[in-house]
Amino acid sequence: MRREARHTMTSRESWGSRVGLVLAMAGNAVGLGNFLRFPAQAAQNGGGAFLIPYLVSFVLMGLPLLWVEWAIGRHGGQYGHHSAPGLLDVLGKQKWLKYVGVFGLFTNMTIAAYYTYLESWTLAYVFHSITGTFTTTDATAFFPAYVGANSASIFTVPYEALFWFLITAALNVWILSRGLVKGIEMMAKIGMPVLLLFAAALAIRGLTLGPDDPGVIQSPLAGLNFVWEPKVGGLLNPGTWLAAAGQIFFTLSVGMGSIHCYASYLKAKQDVALNGASAGWMNEFVEVVLGSSVIIPIATAYLGIAAVQAATAGGSGFSLGFMTLPTLFNNWGVLAPVAGAIWFGLLFFAGITSSMAMGQPLMAFVEDEYKMSRAKASLLFGAAVLLLGFVCVWLYPGGAFDEFDFWTGTFALVVFALLEAFIFTRIFGMEKGWEEITRGADMKVPRIFRFIIMYITPAFITVIFVGAMIQPEGTWSGAISGLFQGDGWPFSPASVIGKVLHVGEEYVWFKDGQPTKALVQDGVRTLLLLVFLGFGLLVRTAWKRKEAQV
Amino acid sequence: MTTNAWIMLGITWSVVIFFTAKFFLKVMKTPIRPDDDES
Repeated sequence: MRREARHTMTSRESWGSRVGLVLAMAGNAVGLGNFLRFPAQAAQNGGGAFLIPYLVSFVLMGLPLLWVEWAIGRHGGQYGHHSAPGLLDVLGKQKWLKYVGVFGLFTNMTIAAYYTYLESWTLAYVFHSITGTFTTTDATAFFPAYVGANSASIFTVPYEALFWFLITAALNVWILSRGLVKGIEMMAKIGMPVLLLFAAALAIRGLTLGPDDPGVIQSPLAGLNFVWEPKVGGLLNPGTWLAAAGQIFFTLSVGMGSIHCYASYLKAKQDVALNGASAGWMNEFVEVVLGSSVIIPIATAYLGIAAVQAATAGGSGFSLGFMTLPTLFNNWGVLAPVAGAIWFGLLFFAGITSSMAMGQPLMAFVEDEYKMSRAKASLLFGAAVLLLGFVCVWLYPGGAFDEFDFWTGTFALVVFALLEAFIFTRIFGMEKGWEEITRGADMKVPRIFRFIIMYITPAFITVIFVGAMIQPEGTWSGAISGLFQGDGWPFSPASVIGKVLHVGEEYVWFKDGQPTKALVQDGVRTLLLLVFLGFGLLVRTAWKRKEAQV
Repeated sequence: MTTNAWIMLGITWSVVIFFTAKFFLKVMKTPIRPDDDES
């Protein structure tokens, strides 16, 4: 018998409350990118004009994908599955479907590894803000020392960073081991309101900074203007549309398998349409309203708009968030430690509500398919995070963290989303898919979304996928005209093909007897490939065992 | 802040706040649907 009978509802976990579920889903989506990446992306890609393709992408790709993933999750949950291999397996008769679900294990595992490290930085910075480290130490110099980037060797163990990483990983394991209601739901119910409160407090304080405040050299509204001034020319640039679609894609945590997992704990006729829309819009509120009102306005007030423009030139607010803001808070006098703790505290809550969502599908996989207890599953997840995360801690100066981020946190998500969109619409079938999305819906889903999910959303993801593969160095229009003039295609070092071909790098593993970043890059890529194959093997073994039992 | 920036901010924030509030309020007001399979 290939398909298991529908599970009885009483035999498995379910969400304690609807608000808890929506907050957990929103917490999954809300991450550090809402506060660091979004404002920088908006400012660098047309300002206010960026928001037009951004919102269009949300409606045509983000919302539909959320509904698809919620529907896949709830559908598979009725068969007793809570992780991507099982959830995809029950969408059709093809045996390969479960192997597409390997992406949903691989991405969660590998992203959890480096994301927990990133999360641990915020916890360490809370500590250092409270203890006043940044009143005596320049945060610009603190960060490289903290991650071991000042070492002459690219193989280095930064012990303090390792300590905070262990603490953060242990915290994640402890919360996950408490279960869905007492662990994840409780954390979301605390973390999300605290995050909103912290962000609102910083935004209000930042936007009300005036010329009489010590250290202020420019109005924070100049920073807000930098984010929101519509540069209409940007709308005609394909790069702006690609950046907006990419931001929507990554901010919603789609293509990971974590939304499927959370939704799989719903019962057969419980709503997915309203819950999905609510969680998605809540993420947009945190990103568009709060995310745009904190980091850039505060940095502009103390550094001036030119410095902020330079710091966000690459489309990332990371350096402002970790290296500039801690020092700027010193201008807030006695409030400096509090402000620092609030800023990094909000980033920590944004991080931990996301990393928990990465752990749950992996634990669900071994619980469902290997009948492991929750306690053992959480310890196994913790051990795997420590093992893979240590690679990021140890080889951060060699670029291991960036490799994890690109291949697992960017590329694999797009591939998985593209595959699941086609599987849902073409294999499961749009007829059944639409019925799954609208069954038990507490809102009327406009029928136009049936067409959008069938054609527009897959097309959108395909464009993002192709864009990521062949992203050119310089502008798209310049690359296209160069191609027609016979100059070839200038692959960006940040494109998938550029990464594979090591474009713009000296490709040697050793130089002057010392290992190079290319060695670390190739080593990490091999490791990630092995992890993927390992999950594939685990899925194969689990299904073989099930077949043998029937 | 230029007028254009204020307009863009105002429109976008209004849209986002409207839908966030609308859907979340509905989530809070609508009780969880009982499941037939459970009975």
